[in-house]
Amino acid sequence: MCGIVGLFLKDKSLEPKLGAMLTDMLITMTDRGPDSAGIAVYGDGSGSTGKLTIQSDAAAGVFDGLDNHLSEILDAAVAIKVKDTHAVLELPVDKIEPARAALAEMPGNIRVMSVGDIIEIYKEVGLPKDVAARFDLAQMSGSHGIGHTRMATESAVTTMGAHPFNTGPDQCLVHNGSLSNHNSLRRKLRREGVRIETENDSEVAAAYLTWKMQNGATLGEALEDSLDDLDGFFTFVVGTKDGFGVVRDPIACKPAVMAETDAYVAFGSEYRALVNLPNIDDARVWEPEPATVYFWNH
Amino acid sequence: MQTIDLEVDGLRHLNATLHAQAQETNQTAWEVINPRGSHAIACGLDAPIEVSVKGSTGYYCAGMNKQATVHVHGSAGPGVAENMMSGTVVIEGDASQYAGATGQGGTLVIKGNASSRCGISMKGIDIVVHGNVGHMSAFMAQSGNLVVCGDAGDALGDSIYEARLFVRGSVKSLGADCIEKEMRPEHMEILADLLERGGCDAKPEEFKRYGSARKLYNFNIDNAY
Repeated sequence: MCGIVGLFLKDKSLEPKLGAMLTDMLITMTDRGPDSAGIAVYGDGSGSTGKLTIQSDAAAGVFDGLDNHLSEILDAAVAIKVKDTHAVLELPVDKIEPARAALAEMPGNIRVMSVGDIIEIYKEVGLPKDVAARFDLAQMSGSHGIGHTRMATESAVTTMGAHPFNTGPDQCLVHNGSLSNHNSLRRKLRREGVRIETENDSEVAAAYLTWKMQNGATLGEALEDSLDDLDGFFTFVVGTKDGFGVVRDPIACKPAVMAETDAYVAFGSEYRALVNLPNIDDARVWEPEPATVYFWNH
Repeated sequence: MQTIDLEVDGLRHLNATLHAQAQETNQTAWEVINPRGSHAIACGLDAPIEVSVKGSTGYYCAGMNKQATVHVHGSAGPGVAENMMSGTVVIEGDASQYAGATGQGGTLVIKGNASSRCGISMKGIDIVVHGNVGHMSAFMAQSGNLVVCGDAGDALGDSIYEARLFVRGSVKSLGADCIEKEMRPEHMEILADLLERGGCDAKPEEFKRYGSARKLYNFNIDNAY
């Protein structure tokens, strides 16, 4: 099953409430996916630094003093903001890859959740309400965000198997469905040099879109191509630094409802995820068509 | 008129109360407020009552309906009126996928559009859609009538048995073994009655009829066991 929620704000005055609105939507989708939950939020960026969101099950010991330690290794300013098992590192953009290499060498099994200028991804195993509380998601502000509640089918219930998946800077994808050609596509993408960290089918879809966009495709074009190259059932919601996209496979058995007003574009696996949004009764509500790409840009 | 607030009273209370209505109940008019996309609203009813739902519903609204009239003043989620036996279900807005699936009787009216698989495996239900229907509608439809006042999506009536399909607009493509058929006077009569019951002012002569060519494997007597 799985539940997806997404919100793309047009009205800047709603940005401080993005986290609160998305958290409410996410918790409504608990019975579609009680295994794990995650959220990607596109918030503020300084312009000169990038964000590296990391996770460790031994967070307390690992994150303590990590900013100073990394700063020495990289010879650059590193700021850290710890939230439960996750931490957001802010550092110069050109130091992100060296930082990933350094983190991989450190004890504590540090995993990278997201990389980008403004994206932050928080995801853990557990009920959506518990995951949201651990990371205080309701307090987050941003211009757009995507959340997912997972009922696992294709890979284990782990932090790394939770959605959203980030496979390129400021990109993320969540998926409801199952892909049947993910193993062959994963091998192909790895040969192309694309970083794929798990055996999860949805991460392959995320990596596929990243690979397409690295080769010059727009988000819309990458989503169009996915209809030809991905085999299986899917409703995808994807985010980029300033964009938000939706696509469903041609069979379209995985549910999707969208709503649009002057203030926002919203996505929910079910209408009940949208009922608390402002002025929902006046919104244009529709079901996205199968094999049709929808996307919005700021 | 009895009013049940789904936010206050909850789904089990709503359905248990509606199930408790006897054939000769005097409480025939019910209103459900704050549906907020909840699942299984007014499911499994079996009494001649009228239920008015003030808002949009989630999965399986009015599923397995018998005798009752359920009127949704909003849009309906997947599987509305699935396996309906008798009675009437009216959706003022749109309906999501597999509306009226496996329905064995009664009338389902959708005043907006229906999405994919409308009337899949229908077994006697009459469905009148004022707008369009999505792909794979009337897939393996066995009997009953599907009326589409707008357009039909891909693969209409794939592997259809004996159901009648009437479409006023375009058909994107016909499914396997589904063909256009002649509109004879008896079909005009059936369609006029369906349009009237569906509250639709379209004219029967504007429609084309589709049905089974009866060429698939199971229609060949030599393949019978």
